[in-house]
Amino acid sequence: MPGPNALEETYRRDGRKVFATLVRLLGGFDMAEEALHEAFRIAADRWPVEGVPRNPTAWLVSVGRFRAIDRMRRDGRLVPLDDVVHVVEAEPDPAALPDEEDVLEDDQLRLIFTCCHPSLAEEAQIALTLREVCGLATEAIARAVLVKPTTLAQRIVRAKSKIRDARIPYRVPEADELPERSPSVLRVIYLIFNEGYAPSTGERTTNPELSQEAIRLARLLRDRLPQPEAIGLLALMLLHESRRAAREMIAGEFISLEEQDRACWDRAAIAEGQALAEQALRSGRIGTYALQAAIAAVHADALCWAETDWAQIVGLYDALLRIEPSPVIALNRAVALAMRDGAAAGLALVEELMRLPELAHYAPAHAARADLCRRADRYNEACDAYRRALELSEQGPAKRYFQRQLDRLPAS
Amino acid sequence: MKYLCLVYLDDTHWSACPDQECFDFAKELAESGRLVAAEPLHPGHTATTVRLRNGQTALYDGPFAETKELLAGFYLIDAKDLNEALNIAARIPPVKYGSIEVRPVRELSVAGYHSFSHQAAPR
Repeated sequence: MPGPNALEETYRRDGRKVFATLVRLLGGFDMAEEALHEAFRIAADRWPVEGVPRNPTAWLVSVGRFRAIDRMRRDGRLVPLDDVVHVVEAEPDPAALPDEEDVLEDDQLRLIFTCCHPSLAEEAQIALTLREVCGLATEAIARAVLVKPTTLAQRIVRAKSKIRDARIPYRVPEADELPERSPSVLRVIYLIFNEGYAPSTGERTTNPELSQEAIRLARLLRDRLPQPEAIGLLALMLLHESRRAAREMIAGEFISLEEQDRACWDRAAIAEGQALAEQALRSGRIGTYALQAAIAAVHADALCWAETDWAQIVGLYDALLRIEPSPVIALNRAVALAMRDGAAAGLALVEELMRLPELAHYAPAHAARADLCRRADRYNEACDAYRRALELSEQGPAKRYFQRQLDRLPAS
Repeated sequence: MKYLCLVYLDDTHWSACPDQECFDFAKELAESGRLVAAEPLHPGHTATTVRLRNGQTALYDGPFAETKELLAGFYLIDAKDLNEALNIAARIPPVKYGSIEVRPVRELSVAGYHSFSHQAAPR
């Protein structure tokens, strides 16, 4: 006999899979959403009486599709000829539908690539992916990305109307299109992960659910389209995620990598992340996610901050800078270089980099400079630099972290 | 000799002109034998922009709004979906020097509406 929560569980676990397949079968988001709810409404009536079907997902797809086509017919809308045969059947026959996991996963990929189509603005891609692929409520997404629910709802409606009106196709790109199409998908997944791991502004606590969703999507991509950068991204996220407990040990406070209790790191996640990072690097087509994962993997091997293999980390940052010349990566490299060659060498480099307009008002750059000044016993300068970092930071936990560092400075 | 006339409208005036009026004007123009191709477009947020640089195609959302570049011509194409349209747009020669904005054409909501454009050759 089914448990009372069988339906709820199915909804949570498979609701979006059913939706993805219904979008393909019915040819539109709104119709699929309607059919999904109809299918679950009917399941709520019938499962407690008839028991949970052998294949609940296929049952829901079949019922949802049947009802949608029935409704189309009653409304006098055109029904695709292929579907007429299906409609005349008295009862949906779940056995007649493909129930292989492959088909469901392909539909989820179609949904991801449609939601992350480069014709949609990045913020729309994120909102749409969280809503349609992950099934998050509009209010929850609005909270996560710090916009008003009405703004977020409008963003989703516009994106969906663009998919319909501009006819963005519902399909997984061909192999030769993947290099052009994958980056936006990977970027959206990484942004979702980071919103759950290191929110960019505000006083919010982190949201593990978002990070887990990002990891789930990356696993799906890795399984179905195993390109090096998809593997690298999965590795990177697992390695970051492995530190979550240590990083969030004190509620609402930011604990730096240097201060974390490494005994609390998730060793299983690290092992998987490191193996994946190696796999991505061995591919010979090394991308930015794989290199960032490799850096995280080196940190994961170190017993403590001081014993980190800084030479290897500097080398990885050099490689990363060659692929993606970015001031922030250059700053991170300078911090690693300071650990390898000493505070004075690092400080010279950081001060040079801070002449770049991108870093001149970047709080972490001032904090990095402050830290190096402290290590070089230049306490007055360290104090000023921490104050500047405090002024520039918009994030509560980071502000308090800088304040703690400031308070710890020896009086000069 | 042909001419292309483009209408630019801001958000507040987008729907100021009723479809019926557009339809009547297009009909009049068609009946006078001067209309080669004319279609009303969906609002700007439905657009996509394509560029080709160093052999790499780049896609951007929305219309190309910077005032430095202005519209230089148009191609009316028949494509299966947006991806096919973007692939065609990426091969239009000026893509190397400028930007091509790809916008889906909408239908006027007028009873008995049909497009006055010539149909693309059947495939």
